Amino acid sequence: MDYLATILLLAISTALINNMVFHFFVGNCPFIGVSRKLDTAFGMGAAVTFVTTIAALLSWLITWAVLAPGAPLTTWVWHLIRPDAKGVVDLSILNYVVYIFVIAWAVQLVEMYVRKFFPALYKAFGVFLPLITTNCVILFVCLEIMKHVPSAGDVPDPWGLDKALIYAFCAGLGFLIAIVIMAGMREEIEHCDVPKPLQGPGITLIMAGILSLAFLGFTGMDSNLAKILKPAPTPAPEIKAAPPPAS
Amino acid sequence: MSNDGPTPLERFVQGIIPENPVLRQVLGICPTLAVTNTMEGAMTMTGAVLFVLVCANVLISLIRGMLKPHLRILVFTLTIAAFVTVADRLLAAFMYDMSKQLGPYIPLIIVNCIIIARCEICAAKQGVWTAFSDAVGQSLGFGLALGCIATVREVLGFGTWFGKWLGWHVIPASIPTDVWSPWVIMVLPPGAFLTLGLLLGATNWMTARTKKA
Repeated sequence: MDYLATILLLAISTALINNMVFHFFVGNCPFIGVSRKLDTAFGMGAAVTFVTTIAALLSWLITWAVLAPGAPLTTWVWHLIRPDAKGVVDLSILNYVVYIFVIAWAVQLVEMYVRKFFPALYKAFGVFLPLITTNCVILFVCLEIMKHVPSAGDVPDPWGLDKALIYAFCAGLGFLIAIVIMAGMREEIEHCDVPKPLQGPGITLIMAGILSLAFLGFTGMDSNLAKILKPAPTPAPEIKAAPPPAS
Repeated sequence: MSNDGPTPLERFVQGIIPENPVLRQVLGICPTLAVTNTMEGAMTMTGAVLFVLVCANVLISLIRGMLKPHLRILVFTLTIAAFVTVADRLLAAFMYDMSKQLGPYIPLIIVNCIIIARCEICAAKQGVWTAFSDAVGQSLGFGLALGCIATVREVLGFGTWFGKWLGWHVIPASIPTDVWSPWVIMVLPPGAFLTLGLLLGATNWMTARTKKA
């Protein structure tokens, strides 16, 4: 129950409260560029969710085994080369280069795999796959996971692989929700008389602002849910305030 | 060597207004929205982008003869990633608070479309000096757009301009709160979207007017 509650809270806070588009502003380029039609928007969102999850899996494994301070694989190799070496081996300077490489590789791999084995799926979102190498959502998720991978350094809130994957999936889901809502609105606004200078990105950004205002309404939902899902085991006895002295 | 395409000076001028990366090409929206709630954040971001864009453009321009078409994008991205690591470490060393505040948005320069677009459009085709002036021009244009948004957001949101570095109070703190109070919304995400949307509208409107006249 406790585990389930933690997972549920993580999912809700990632997908809704700290929505990738409306709270962290990542993934705005496709959010504005590809949100003209509902079905392409859905394809883009699904592709991002898919690749984010895979990239998160890879980057968690690589960070944990190779890049993090005191990572087991690197330490083992280092001790093979120099048995008398002391101190913590730290390759985290390579993080960004490795992540971008992993993302590009994962996108390529997913594209080939999907084209070979799921032609129908490839038709649905295959065309978006090469585009999302440079999607900020994926790199952002990798960077967030990097901060939480358990390692020799002091990590405030270590995540196992399970939490990292749920985080990544829900981040992609949040992007999907945002881009689908936006596409639905933009299909309607085609029929409206928008002032000429605002047509295109201008009105889209203003609509995104209003949507973002709406998503602010989710703030605080997680702490209330936490109260319901995880009631304090033994409520501390209330300390009664001393009665005010009679004046 | 490369007499085709715009000259260095043309590239430089184009980057600032006529082909402004944010206002005209609508590229690199993520950092534009994320770091502009204070002027300091906006200017630090501009500095980081300037550094990365200049280094990447110059390097790509130097090796442009060796680029293979199908590996082009990968080479661009890895080059940018290496320079972003340098910029990130430098910021963490000399401006620790700012580095904390900008957080993941410094590494996210790697996937900033502006830089890849400039490598592709200019650096992979033209000489070093053209690439250099193009990078400086585009970064200044980026800084200009960021400065506009950050000015609106910081003045309305906090009532200051460069509040942390220079401590300028545009709107005096002595004004009673029932006359004017800071707009919290401008500091929060919606303010960023609204400001950029209206700014894009204003730019388009001005362009249309100057064309007519």
